[in-house]
Amino acid sequence: MSVSTSVLPGIAVRPTTPPAASTVFVALMRRDARVLRRELPYFLVRTIMQPLLFIVVFGFLLPRMGFVRASYTSALLPGVIAVSLTLSAIQSVSLPMVQDFGWTREIEDRLLAPIPIPLVAAEKIVMGVVQGFIAALVVLPAGRLIMGPINGLTLGHAGVAIVVTLLGAATFSALGLLLGSAISPQQIGLMFSIIIAPMLFFGCAYYPWRGLDAVPVAKYAVLVNPMVYVAEGMRASLTPELPHMPLAAVVGALVVLLVLFWSLAMRSFMHRAIG
Amino acid sequence: MAPAIYTHDLRKVYPAPGNRPRFGPAGAAPPGAVGHGGTPPRGGGAGQGIVALVGLDLEVPEGEFFGLLGPNGAGKTTTIGILTTRVRPTGGTARVAGADVSREPVEVRQRIGVVPQRPNPDRSLNAIENLIFHAAYFGIPRATATAHARSLLDTLGIADKAEAKVDELSGGQQQRLMIARALIHQPLVIFLDEPTVGLDPQARLALWDILRDLHGQGRTIVMTTHYMEEADRLCQRLAIIDGGKLLAVDTPEGLKARAPGGTLVELVLDGNAESVLDRARNLPNVSGVEARNGVLRAYSDHGGQVIPALIDAAQSAGRSVKNIYLAPPSLETLFIALTGRKLE
Repeated sequence: MSVSTSVLPGIAVRPTTPPAASTVFVALMRRDARVLRRELPYFLVRTIMQPLLFIVVFGFLLPRMGFVRASYTSALLPGVIAVSLTLSAIQSVSLPMVQDFGWTREIEDRLLAPIPIPLVAAEKIVMGVVQGFIAALVVLPAGRLIMGPINGLTLGHAGVAIVVTLLGAATFSALGLLLGSAISPQQIGLMFSIIIAPMLFFGCAYYPWRGLDAVPVAKYAVLVNPMVYVAEGMRASLTPELPHMPLAAVVGALVVLLVLFWSLAMRSFMHRAIG
Repeated sequence: MAPAIYTHDLRKVYPAPGNRPRFGPAGAAPPGAVGHGGTPPRGGGAGQGIVALVGLDLEVPEGEFFGLLGPNGAGKTTTIGILTTRVRPTGGTARVAGADVSREPVEVRQRIGVVPQRPNPDRSLNAIENLIFHAAYFGIPRATATAHARSLLDTLGIADKAEAKVDELSGGQQQRLMIARALIHQPLVIFLDEPTVGLDPQARLALWDILRDLHGQGRTIVMTTHYMEEADRLCQRLAIIDGGKLLAVDTPEGLKARAPGGTLVELVLDGNAESVLDRARNLPNVSGVEARNGVLRAYSDHGGQVIPALIDAAQSAGRSVKNIYLAPPSLETLFIALTGRKLE
């Protein structure tokens, strides 16, 4: 017989009907927002450092040394914004998830929440979009500040820029979910060198796609790279007077890639989440 | 009244390793795709697969403290996984608190609390936030959750750690936090998977008290354990499973009464025990014998007195004895008789 003197809070039978899925979804977002707020300095350093260094070297130092023309900054700024928003979206989803699934199983408490599992995955993608958006918002003014006046830069198509940012962040957030649920912790380093690095360097981020007119093979080969569409979408909206890929092609490609990554990511996530 | 847990012909076959595409077309379809009532894909195109459960039937009435006993790989964790909607069954039916795990997983999750084998708190949050956010996933308003969380942490003896980072908690404290998390949304059924593994004896006794309290409040508790004593002392009924099958289910007393008569004397030999079987069977005071590879098991009403005769029998059959193990009639001897293995 129990000799315990402890008294746990008594049973009060809660409703056996689950709360609305939207209530649970918002609670999941509040959890992620809380963590993001707490880790904001680390988040900013992680996502913005690399693009800022690039801006300082290629957008400030080299033009002043005369190694690159000052007009290069017009091609560089939209590309660097694309890099920050995609990297931040992909990392904010994939890195915690690799740990969660591979080692800590921390996500378990969310998988036990009374909500369909695909919505737990969808919430991760939404929070990745938010983080991509924040990164873009920080890098745009910072880049402009460091590089000085930029030929052709306009905020006249801010609406288009926002659409491209959201679409790009969603596409890469979904890719982050796919990678985060498909690779093991030991493969993280490999993910950066095999997937992320080539994507950055062949993503038309540091040079405009139309510049590849000079190398036709490369011009068409890079089209398999999702980064190209985000970078060119940024050029189409921020420096619309300069040569860029047609906006319709950008949006069309991003929508197709988003649907593709989303469905692969959901499948992979469900596979890991439910044995 | 509907039982808290009901399973019928519950089956689970995991895809064979290497036969499991990470993601991609059709091949990635999980085993659950066979559907309820479907047949396990044994010998099918997908290869053999690893059979974890073969037609498990269980029924646990509301308010019962129920234990699942079995050696590693017996199917305990798979059973808990299916009942907590974290593993998709290959076939059969499983209902928890009136909801079907395959068709109404959200309803099941609403009604259960789960204490995992290894604490998996949300390390990005502090202790009390772990509870408050978990409650929020169940639609419980912050103010209510905060008050409830404080009283749970207080009862579980970790109130002073409320604002601490999870990493600053000891293993036992993290385990208590997991119990608080499993309770914060007032579940009807609580699942605990080996809850006392890795706890020091004091923490284990404290946890037993907590579990008795919970049960005293009318909750259904389902616990897996390695420890016979734990199962004996806490559980009202026990199921012994091995090889994905239910071998016996009864009260601890009922099970002990079924244990083979007499003390178990187990001799570990330096070779196959078959050759000793006939000699041992005819010894006085030996009520039963069996051989499993290098292990000879004899049951005797005269305890250790038969040991010299058994050693002689082994030696005259050309075997020498490497180790001897003695156990009075208990859950353990029944367990060994049923599964042929010790628990640890």
